[in-house]
Amino acid sequence: MANSKITVENLNLHYGENHALKNVNMEIADHAITAFIGPSGCGKSTFLRCLNRMNDLVDGCRVEGKVILDGEDIYDKRVDTTLLRKKVGMVFQQPNPFPMSIYDNIAYGPRLHGIKNKKELDEIVERSLQGAAIFEEVKDRLHKSALGLSGGQQQRLCIARALAVSPEVLLMDEPTSALDPISTLKIEELMETLKKKYTVVIVTHNMQQAARVSDDTAFFLVGEVVEKNATSEIFARPQDKRTEDYITGRFG
Amino acid sequence: MNSGTHASVMGNRKNKAVVETVAQIVFTICAFFAVLAVVSITLYMIISGTPAILKVGLKEILFSTEWMPTAAEPKFGILWVILTSIVGTTLAILLGVPIGVLTAVFLAEVAPRPLAAIVKPAVELLAGIPSVIYGLLGIYLLNPLMYQLERLIFRGSTTHQFTGGANLLSAVIVLAIMILPTVINISETSIRAVPAGIKSSSLALGASHVQTIFRSILPAARSGIVTAIVLGVGRAIGEAMAITLVSGSSVNVPLPFNSVRFLTTAIVSEMGYSSGLHRQVLFTIGLVLFVFIMIINVVLNKILKKGADDNE
Amino acid sequence: MNKDTLYVKRKRPTDMLLLAAIYISATLAVALLLGIILYVFVKGIHTVNWAFLTTVTSARKQTTGIAGNLLNTLYIIVITLLIATPIGVGSAIYLNEYAKPGKLVSLIEFTTETLSGIPSIIFGLFGMIFFGETLGFGYSLLTGSFTLTLMVLPLITRNTQEALRTVPDSYRTGALGMGSTKWHMIRTILLPSSMPGIVTGIILALGRIVGESAALLFTAGSDYKLPKFTGAFGDNLAKLAHKAMESGGTLTIELYLQMQKGQYDNAFGIGCVLIVIVLILNLLTKLAANKLRRE
Repeated sequence: MANSKITVENLNLHYGENHALKNVNMEIADHAITAFIGPSGCGKSTFLRCLNRMNDLVDGCRVEGKVILDGEDIYDKRVDTTLLRKKVGMVFQQPNPFPMSIYDNIAYGPRLHGIKNKKELDEIVERSLQGAAIFEEVKDRLHKSALGLSGGQQQRLCIARALAVSPEVLLMDEPTSALDPISTLKIEELMETLKKKYTVVIVTHNMQQAARVSDDTAFFLVGEVVEKNATSEIFARPQDKRTEDYITGRFG
Repeated sequence: MNSGTHASVMGNRKNKAVVETVAQIVFTICAFFAVLAVVSITLYMIISGTPAILKVGLKEILFSTEWMPTAAEPKFGILWVILTSIVGTTLAILLGVPIGVLTAVFLAEVAPRPLAAIVKPAVELLAGIPSVIYGLLGIYLLNPLMYQLERLIFRGSTTHQFTGGANLLSAVIVLAIMILPTVINISETSIRAVPAGIKSSSLALGASHVQTIFRSILPAARSGIVTAIVLGVGRAIGEAMAITLVSGSSVNVPLPFNSVRFLTTAIVSEMGYSSGLHRQVLFTIGLVLFVFIMIINVVLNKILKKGADDNE
Repeated sequence: MNKDTLYVKRKRPTDMLLLAAIYISATLAVALLLGIILYVFVKGIHTVNWAFLTTVTSARKQTTGIAGNLLNTLYIIVITLLIATPIGVGSAIYLNEYAKPGKLVSLIEFTTETLSGIPSIIFGLFGMIFFGETLGFGYSLLTGSFTLTLMVLPLITRNTQEALRTVPDSYRTGALGMGSTKWHMIRTILLPSSMPGIVTGIILALGRIVGESAALLFTAGSDYKLPKFTGAFGDNLAKLAHKAMESGGTLTIELYLQMQKGQYDNAFGIGCVLIVIVLILNLLTKLAANKLRRE
């Protein structure tokens, strides 16, 4: 694949005895949105968390294989995971702003990485909030608590927070499943803009969302990638019967 | 009334009503006991503490520094005593809270789970140790050590009054150790209560574990930790038995190696043999302590509420 | 955008320092606290023997015994709990089942909070003047018990409130729907279901009572003798009842006095006994709390 940002080779993941991800091989395109779909428990979120090594935090989790980002295997022993997570950002299903002001939420990441200059921080905060299409709504209340925002606003805040550290890849784990339809729409529009600057990977249990928003789609089932293709192909001409069954709603 | 198979709903309402009303009255009285208690305590502290104020003068008591209650011309200045309580409590908090909070961090975030599972109940157990036992160890183990230290530091000094180890520093150390279980337990609970999403988000932004602890988890646990501090302050400033034999027996400027008197230890040490005006002044000291506690409770709780509201 | 390599393990000095501080603090705190328990236990255990526990200090025989203090402690525990438990539980029932949220409830809750924040020595002073002098009970176990009742009241109220809160509303409406009166419902449904929580409160209060010293110094006094029992049962009963009106030093008070006199062997012996009692109470609390969780 041309312009492949991440290449996954023979990834296997075990949670203790449970072989949760089996021989995953995949290429993820740069400046595009890739969606992972599949029924509950199929391993799509688990796989997503492999891409920024958040699975390291789970007791008893063992990963084998390679995940190559820009030519470097992120599971190499020499890798500093904090640098990895600066480069590969993540937005979670439940919006979880820190109990601080909106400004401090966004500035959290940059401050971590050593940026102290107020002017610089102001600029980053504004840029990130713009990038998440929420600046206009909050620009007059930057120093008020982030917990006062609505659910949809909080999620866009979390996106802005992730953008503030200038990542190259943005992972989104069911980012709109806890939100109302209008907020969901706003975030889907946002993703269109985001893919121009970043590589976006989203996990969604909503097939229609995947069809609307993504360029490529991978279908997961019981820890395996059944099929991965351009979204239009997956939905119009699925090659595997299981994919077809899932898409037509026969199970899931 | 009754017509064949129908059951009457006309019951013995009068008796049941009486029982109900009595029950309700009894419960209401019980509830107001707390109100009654606080009112009575406040009243009696004021009543018993005021006579000395009227006889000796408020300024004389609060702001002069000579305490000679049994002299021919008795002096009742408790300024040093008040300062000792303030300084002593502050130092105990400065010493005990950081150690306590860091220990809580260890238990909640750093320690391997089996270790934490053993240590946490042990620390909870320690919260129930009677104060006199801390005092016992203080006088048996700490004071001799203090004395050695004292001899080392003030070797050859002609002006220093040797205390045999019973001084402000000993008292501060005992107090700091006493508040540890409270601070550790409450802080640990608050840290564990921080939603997991906060920790995940911080790590996902590229923070190390330590950075996550100090920049996101502890700030999120702020109100619980403040509660722990408030309770620690309350415990420290009101402690009497643990520090009476460890802090010395003279009223003095609160310097680390001076033999000192706290508001609490003054009462405990002298109440037994005091009489007349001396005794009344001791009650005034009790009143001063009471006022202090009330102020601390109100002020710190207001700060707590404000902190919580700011985050809403 | 710069393509920094990921193959660089950064060492953050601040992180290392903070981590060291965490480990040092934890080791210090845990070592100190465990050390205290172990030291007192080890130092005191050789003083504790059957004679120590069952006799009374005799100047004539030059022996020390804490039987009198054990009995005093028991008296104070029983009398205090007998008074504080009904009042505390009653309070909680009022607050949870009868009161409507408003100024009155806030007042009661505020004063209960305040009560739990007052240091023991203030209770001691109050008990001394009010129960001791105004009401005329003098230095006695009763005075001490009344004083401690005020101290443990918030504990019992709070624990009972929490226990009542965990009882599902459906129990209440179910009972009332079957024609039960409120008091009947409370007596037959609420109180039994809240028992583990109430028991937890009582055990916690027990622990507080056993460890208390400042509030008892000027209220219950320091006597350490046992009543002299004769053969007559009625006579003995009267003596036991009358004991409540006499002064009596508990274990903690006796420890303090021994400490003052420099009799460290005895002091550690009593300390050892106290620690064992606290340990047992703590285990009981955990058992009660576990039973609560399982329900």
